[in-house]
Amino acid sequence: MAAEANTDTAGAAAPLKTPLHARHVALGARMVPFAGYDMPVQYPAGILTEHNWTREKAGLFDVSHMGQCFLIGPDHETTAKALEALIPADIVNLAPGKQRYSQLLNEEGGILDDLMITRSIDPDEDGALYLVVNAACKDADYAHIEARLPANVKLVKAEHRGLIALQGPGAEAALAKIAPEAAEMGFMTSRTMKVAGIKANVSRSGYTGEDGYEISAAANRIGEIWDTLLLDGTVKPIGLGARDSLRLEAGLCLYGHDIDTTTSPIEAALNWSIQKRRREEGGFPGAARVQRELAEGVSRIRVGLKPEGRAPAREGTEIATPDGEVIGVVTSGGFGPTLNGPCAMGYVAKAHSAPGTQLNLIVRGKPLPAVVATMPFVPNGYKR
Amino acid sequence: MAETRYSKDHEYIRIEGDVGTVGISDYAQGQLGDVVFVELPTVGKALSKGGEAAVVESVKAASEVYAPVSGEVVEVNGELEAAPGTVNEDPAGKGWFLKIRIKDAGELDALMNEAEYQDYVKSL
Repeated sequence: MAAEANTDTAGAAAPLKTPLHARHVALGARMVPFAGYDMPVQYPAGILTEHNWTREKAGLFDVSHMGQCFLIGPDHETTAKALEALIPADIVNLAPGKQRYSQLLNEEGGILDDLMITRSIDPDEDGALYLVVNAACKDADYAHIEARLPANVKLVKAEHRGLIALQGPGAEAALAKIAPEAAEMGFMTSRTMKVAGIKANVSRSGYTGEDGYEISAAANRIGEIWDTLLLDGTVKPIGLGARDSLRLEAGLCLYGHDIDTTTSPIEAALNWSIQKRRREEGGFPGAARVQRELAEGVSRIRVGLKPEGRAPAREGTEIATPDGEVIGVVTSGGFGPTLNGPCAMGYVAKAHSAPGTQLNLIVRGKPLPAVVATMPFVPNGYKR
Repeated sequence: MAETRYSKDHEYIRIEGDVGTVGISDYAQGQLGDVVFVELPTVGKALSKGGEAAVVESVKAASEVYAPVSGEVVEVNGELEAAPGTVNEDPAGKGWFLKIRIKDAGELDALMNEAEYQDYVKSL
């Protein structure tokens, strides 16, 4: 028996450890290299159980490997405009305490990374934006951003912070026991509060398609929050394996797979993340391409794919028409535990992208029938 | 009495006369994690030692299952189609993959016996 495809092995140097590393080992996690870190891919419960637990109760994830930083300028408009020069989202009009998803773009409109941007709710912090970027991209992102900031806006890395995500329909009840304010929060909002007595930035967001929170706190205190949450019988630790199957079912992009420097946000069907003012005014890298694609359409687009049989179609699988013409490639694919079947996403020629279109996925040389499907594959549970 | 022998790739073959039942070891299923799909060969297919016999997929990845010896497939475990998790629950029993008519019993000598395999797993 031999594995054909396995986990990310980027980062040949000694792997970095998150502030929760020893806890993962003590919990019996299987640790794997991921984006330069030694991370838990699963705990003894296994990926299926962890996935289902998150959909039904509450899953706790260590995402401390992700990059947290602040952009700090003299006032909100100055900082927001500095960031808007690098991303296509409207940040100037982002209200205090609100969060937005966007992408760092290159001059060709390709995606350098995707990220979350939060404007502090605290008037004393006016002019500060909190960014969370992907672990594998963070060093390049910071260099890219710093090189393009005006002199009065600074990037400050928050390397002394840990980050955990509590996700699932039971997340609100579990977190409210140790941070009552969390229950009042709306989706994609952020506040500073005490969690189990520890000062933390809490946002109501995540990357599983479920309601939930991300909690950022000092690296030397985040373990206490982690431990306190795990005392709750509805909360279990969840590894990167289930994180991947959860986000796939939710139709969410994984950087380096579903989006990269060759894909534009319009090809990636992330139009919803580009607000009207930015579409009209441009003023971000690659705006010409993005505006042209919005006006004239794209030649290829990211779609969901639902194989009709039981065989999963993995990343790299060719997508063909029933006549055998190759019209695209799978960028993420696997088994959806909640869907109880395979699901995938990939790029196809625009002419074959309508939901319901019959296509074939070429798995181990054999065409397996599949249909273009709307995403998410599993209805999301966001708090609106 | 049936004897079980193992390959270094963690396939087992339980020998009964000239037919061997092939599956993956308990160690292998533990390494794979939750099995969600199994692709089996057609009955009658000729397999050669070390060649691909089946495919087993976990949530995370697809893996090939190699034929521990050469021979012809005489039966496959169709139950795995609807219940691939049986590979995790009972790899040595109900989670078998296929039965093979052993072409050359001499090929079995190159495989490990139970004690040798357990030592091999401990060394990994």
